[in-house]
Amino acid sequence: MAVNSRSSTGEASPAFELKAAGFTLPVIRLLNGNMEVLAEQIGAKVEQAPDFFRNTPVVIDLGAFPDGTEVEFPLLVGLLRGYGMIPFGVRGGNKAQNVAAEAMELAILGDAYLRPTKAAPEPAPETPRRGLPTFTLVTRPVRSGQEIYAAGGDLSVVASVSSGAEVAADGNIHIYGCLRGRALAGNRGNADARIFCQDLQAELVSVAGHYRVAENIPADLRGVPVQVFLDQKVLRIERI
Amino acid sequence: MSRIIVITSGKGGVGKTTTSAALSMGLAQRGHRTVVIDFDVGLRNLDLIMGCERRVVYDFVNVINHEANLNQALIRDKRCDNLYVLPASQTRDKEALTKEGVGRVLDELSQSYEFIVCDSPAGIEHGATMAMYYADDAVVVTNPEVSSVRDSDRMLGILASKSRRAETNAEPIRELLLLTRYDPPRVETGEMLSVKDVQDILSLDLLGIIPESKAVLTASNAGVPVILDRESDAGQAYSDAVSRYLGEEVPHRFMTAEKKGFFNRLFRG
Repeated sequence: MAVNSRSSTGEASPAFELKAAGFTLPVIRLLNGNMEVLAEQIGAKVEQAPDFFRNTPVVIDLGAFPDGTEVEFPLLVGLLRGYGMIPFGVRGGNKAQNVAAEAMELAILGDAYLRPTKAAPEPAPETPRRGLPTFTLVTRPVRSGQEIYAAGGDLSVVASVSSGAEVAADGNIHIYGCLRGRALAGNRGNADARIFCQDLQAELVSVAGHYRVAENIPADLRGVPVQVFLDQKVLRIERI
Repeated sequence: MSRIIVITSGKGGVGKTTTSAALSMGLAQRGHRTVVIDFDVGLRNLDLIMGCERRVVYDFVNVINHEANLNQALIRDKRCDNLYVLPASQTRDKEALTKEGVGRVLDELSQSYEFIVCDSPAGIEHGATMAMYYADDAVVVTNPEVSSVRDSDRMLGILASKSRRAETNAEPIRELLLLTRYDPPRVETGEMLSVKDVQDILSLDLLGIIPESKAVLTASNAGVPVILDRESDAGQAYSDAVSRYLGEEVPHRFMTAEKKGFFNRLFRG
């Protein structure tokens, strides 16, 4: 009875969760209002890859649509549906266009909601980065001509980095040997990243794009353990 | 179980061919069946250093292209029965070396030889990468000067990333440093990098130090591997290196300048 009563009350296990998710979707960017030409060209495109368009949700982008021309939404939606696509929203339209789109039950998408398709594939590799910071460990000497890039995390090198070699990381770089090559920390602009090294004889050190070449590294900091970091956007090298 | 040894450096003129000739002769003299292969297709020299240039009929490229079999191309050394030379082709270029072809020849050789010494051409291009691709051990020949050290370092990077052992995630190639043309008096005056300087940069096991010696040029011109000149310091140093390669513990010699004797000092201009 107790079980029954509980399930009938409002304390039942939640029936849904509200979550945000990002999707990569094809965007059809309209360049002019000539529906006949559009129908012909879309038809040709779909013929090349019919499977790609079947049941594919698409967004209509009006950002490049010429002002003063009316979008014939009923025709357009019918056309896209006819080719198996599911038009579900518009973006980049003006007020009148948005009203017309709403009348066709299309969603109005903010420009920020969907970035241009070029930038769209990027979120995918970013997701694991936010979850678990990756960590790269190198135990053999990094030789001249070799490049090591620790994407999304720290890099530790338990050997020397030779002249002509390059180590880079999105996070910090730790070098427990001699650094004779180049080291670039905070490769994606993280200004808090640092370089730690046992013996600095580098050709170049850089944090988040602020760099110093060998010539500008004071002699008393060469050959000693140091850390390299950004202080008010100024690259500093300090003995540790 | 045969071992494939590549003699490499990146830089030219540091003594790869001299070393290939000396080490292969040294290994053969100690009773190991050894073959030495010239990978410098188009610029072959090993046959001259080994003194067998007048007996070349077929070459490495002929064998790769199935134009001759191995036994037709291999030249037996007249001084040592255990040593064979596989000369390079002088008329072709490095592209004639294919990964499959080289692999097949090395495979066939490993059936009957204990050591296969590959004399790499200079550079880091096709010829050099073919020479090192199948290697088990690498002898990195380096002169005590900065450009040679950097080139060796570059080559070590390639050994660690582009060899068969690297590509198949097998145990890495055993890398050994051979410092050649070492001139202790010039090291003492600071004109030349010291063994320690080079070791600091390359951090490798030291196979040997070959002193700068007139005997090397004389031996090369005569077509005699310098290791056969037992009187010379270079010959003795190579002999020590062979011992070390075979696992013996031999102290390093020729690292310091010989003290000048009383008469030398007296008559010094």
